[in-house]
Amino acid sequence: MRFILAVVLLCVAQPVLAQDYAEESLPDPKQEEQAIALMDTLRCVVCQGQPISGSNADLARDMRRLVRERIEAGESPDAVRNWLVNRYGQWISLKPSMNEQTAPLWIIPLLALAGAGALYSRRAKRKGR
Amino acid sequence: MTRKWIFWLPLIVTVGLFFTFLIALIRPSDRAIESQLVGQQLPAFEAPAAMADQPGTRSQDYADGKPRLLNVFASWCGPCVAEIPVLLQLQAMGVEINGVAIHDRPEDLAGFFAQNGNPYARVGLDQGGRAQMSFGSAGVPETFIIDGQGRVVDQHIGVITEEDIPDILAKLRGS
Amino acid sequence: MIAEFGMAALWIAAALALLQFAFGTLSLRGRGVHYSNAVAPIAVAQAALCGIAFLSLVAVFMRSDMSVLLVATNSHSAKPWLYKFAGTWGNHEGSMLLWVAILGVAGATVALFERSLRADTKIATLTAQAAIALGFYVFLLFASNPFARIAGVIEGQGLNPLLQDPGLAFHPPTLYIGYVGMSAAFSFAIGALITRDVTPNFARAMRPWILGAWIFLTIGITAGSYWAYYELGWGGWWFWDPVENASLMPWLAATALLHSVTVLATRDALRTWTIMLSCVAFSMSMVGTFLVRSGILTSVHSFAVDPKRGIFILALLAIYICGALILFALRVGTVAEGKRFESVSREGLLVINNLLLSVILVVVMVGTLYPLVLEAFTGQKISVGAPFYNSTAGPLALALVGFMAAGPLLRWRHDEVRQLFQRLAVPIGVAAATLIGLILFAGDVPPLPLLGLVVAAGVAVASLAPLWKRNLRRTPLFTWGMVLAHLGCAVSIAGMASDSAFMKELLVPMRVGETQNVGPFRVTFEGIKQVPGPNYDALQATLRAEKTNGDGFILKPALHRFSTPPMVTNEAGIRTFWNGQLYLVVGDERPGNVWVMRMWWKPFITLIWLGGILIAFGGTLSLIGRVRRDGLGRRTKGL
Repeated sequence: MRFILAVVLLCVAQPVLAQDYAEESLPDPKQEEQAIALMDTLRCVVCQGQPISGSNADLARDMRRLVRERIEAGESPDAVRNWLVNRYGQWISLKPSMNEQTAPLWIIPLLALAGAGALYSRRAKRKGR
Repeated sequence: MTRKWIFWLPLIVTVGLFFTFLIALIRPSDRAIESQLVGQQLPAFEAPAAMADQPGTRSQDYADGKPRLLNVFASWCGPCVAEIPVLLQLQAMGVEINGVAIHDRPEDLAGFFAQNGNPYARVGLDQGGRAQMSFGSAGVPETFIIDGQGRVVDQHIGVITEEDIPDILAKLRGS
Repeated sequence: MIAEFGMAALWIAAALALLQFAFGTLSLRGRGVHYSNAVAPIAVAQAALCGIAFLSLVAVFMRSDMSVLLVATNSHSAKPWLYKFAGTWGNHEGSMLLWVAILGVAGATVALFERSLRADTKIATLTAQAAIALGFYVFLLFASNPFARIAGVIEGQGLNPLLQDPGLAFHPPTLYIGYVGMSAAFSFAIGALITRDVTPNFARAMRPWILGAWIFLTIGITAGSYWAYYELGWGGWWFWDPVENASLMPWLAATALLHSVTVLATRDALRTWTIMLSCVAFSMSMVGTFLVRSGILTSVHSFAVDPKRGIFILALLAIYICGALILFALRVGTVAEGKRFESVSREGLLVINNLLLSVILVVVMVGTLYPLVLEAFTGQKISVGAPFYNSTAGPLALALVGFMAAGPLLRWRHDEVRQLFQRLAVPIGVAAATLIGLILFAGDVPPLPLLGLVVAAGVAVASLAPLWKRNLRRTPLFTWGMVLAHLGCAVSIAGMASDSAFMKELLVPMRVGETQNVGPFRVTFEGIKQVPGPNYDALQATLRAEKTNGDGFILKPALHRFSTPPMVTNEAGIRTFWNGQLYLVVGDERPGNVWVMRMWWKPFITLIWLGGILIAFGGTLSLIGRVRRDGLGRRTKGL
């Protein structure tokens, strides 16, 4: 009896409901890969420091859906990122853009590297002498 | 030995950092993520009607010469309840307020309005946060002041209190 | 009563710290032997009383005494005992008390067992230690009293469910031991600066402390990463979250210090650099604690503290760190510079190691703090995340590991490049073979993971090379320690690279009875049911996974719904294999009894933490070896 019921239910049930890409991979693995790479670099607005790809918050879910839908529709990851940056500001992107304000992020490490090189050459004896 | 200044470098860097920490402590980041749309045209969006007797709202509603408030809220959001009396006051002053309900259900909204009153001229249902994201809104409640040309004049993050009323009126009028 | 008893003990401990500081200072000014003789016993008494104060707080938590404010706001009588216990330090006041208690124990250990240090340097060290402790006592007693009472509370507010996890219960104490160990090393450095005793002998006395602290930091970071991995339920193991960075920065500094102190101990070079690094490592652990505790960095892990307290701690840190740096700048000129080194020599490569670690430290620091600086001065908000660190710290770390492979194969003082390459022939061969193999068989691997795998393979072989043709029984323990720790780095990197190169992810809605493929597995959703938990309700799914050829097994990922405070956590269902982990999570419910399942096949991901454990284990062997040979217990001849 139960078996019959199960069969009936299986037949009645529609193919899985409308897609909800908030928690569902895209059918095309290439696109899904792009989407994940993008989601890993978008910051969840209501969480603290996590990317949207790793959060249970509603808004993170919504953004994942948005990202997947737009990628599926053929938008480039950069276009989707810009769309969000235009609304939420640079804050939402975990990948800081290069401009005057973010320059120290790159310059200070370079300076540190140069300083390290200078220190090294000052203290090292020439080989062989 | 002449390079002694270099030994003071760590101290200088540290003092600088501590100064920054001090500023960050005294003036803590508000944590609010402001929408970048302030000063720009309200982007295209569509939030279908949530209630049987009230229309939904979409971007075309906003450029008819009349300034409005666009309130992002939800029936499940506690602070939104606190805001409703103030919104009702604004409504009584003749301010048109449109609501966009986030992750909500018509039956919950009906209960919410029955209990707290309904200050909205239009209530749109925003499933999946699409409208919310197109405003650059990060939470509920948030209120956007829209001028008659459909431009976003200002964004108010969090609950609107009575003290905010004059400011909001001024911005609506100024627009 | 217990709370008042603890409070009294805390006051007396604070008074003793003051006494210890005063006597130490008098003794260093040459005011006589009776002062110097008293310093060590006072340090021991101070530790004992502070320990009693901490145990009192533990007792109050275990008994769920809701008349104590701290218990009422952070505990709940229905909590399992382990979390009542861990709740003691799962809050601001308790963690500060634990902090000073550990500091006290560290001071007592120095007082009781440290014999290889010059007598006046030891007094100076204990004095510095007392000064640090004193500040924290003042902070506890006047700005965050853990024993404050409250009336009329019947039930507590509970502990953040995310923190209710056996691993995490012991995570903070582990990191704290590491931080406090760094403060001991710092006290040594200050002591040596005061008495102008920056010598190899001093380095040997300081080394076990650095090693010990470093081991705990390593364990703490490894455990924290695993916690994020299985508790947050998204398969991520490192987010470059500010709080994670706050624990990584002291580790980087400590790793550099560990190597520079070895150069100082063996070759009497890098004197100023080592002192500098001790200050940096200490500052990093203090600033790390401050950033986490004050909540000025937004993060998953931090809880906000009122700004007054934050300013108090900041002032305290400013006094210590700036004081130390001023002392450093003034005194360091009088510390004779150490010996120079040749670039092709063990110490030459250790210097490169130190410099690269420092640059990585700068990168992490800039990435973590720059957004804060920018916002403080311009109001502009930016975020710095994985893409920044991967593209900057990533290549630097790989270069560092490359040098790490070569370092132990070089002789001290002087060596030849050609001989180095002869010794590296096998590792380079292995790396080349890995590269060819990956390109031929693994398909499309992104550049950084590819490089990571290649470097890891070569370095793993190279790190074993110091054991080559040696009598393994006669090989000293610290050599074994080094070999294992270096091997651990390679293993860890292999795990990270493998995860980012080969991970398979599937997020899919499923009905009961449906089957999906992820990686080499077929996963069938067999059912879902309510299971009551101790202080939560669990919704537990049953999933059956099988390899195409092998036997099946059952995994039961669950959602835990807590009521105080209300929160839902994911409990991943994880099955570990020799070659990876299957990681299943129950996600959203959809109408029609459909559940979203999040499934990952993560090849060799366990290597990340296995590497961490190897590093910590190597450190432990080193520590035992060092202590036996030149450490705490034995007086150096001739002194």
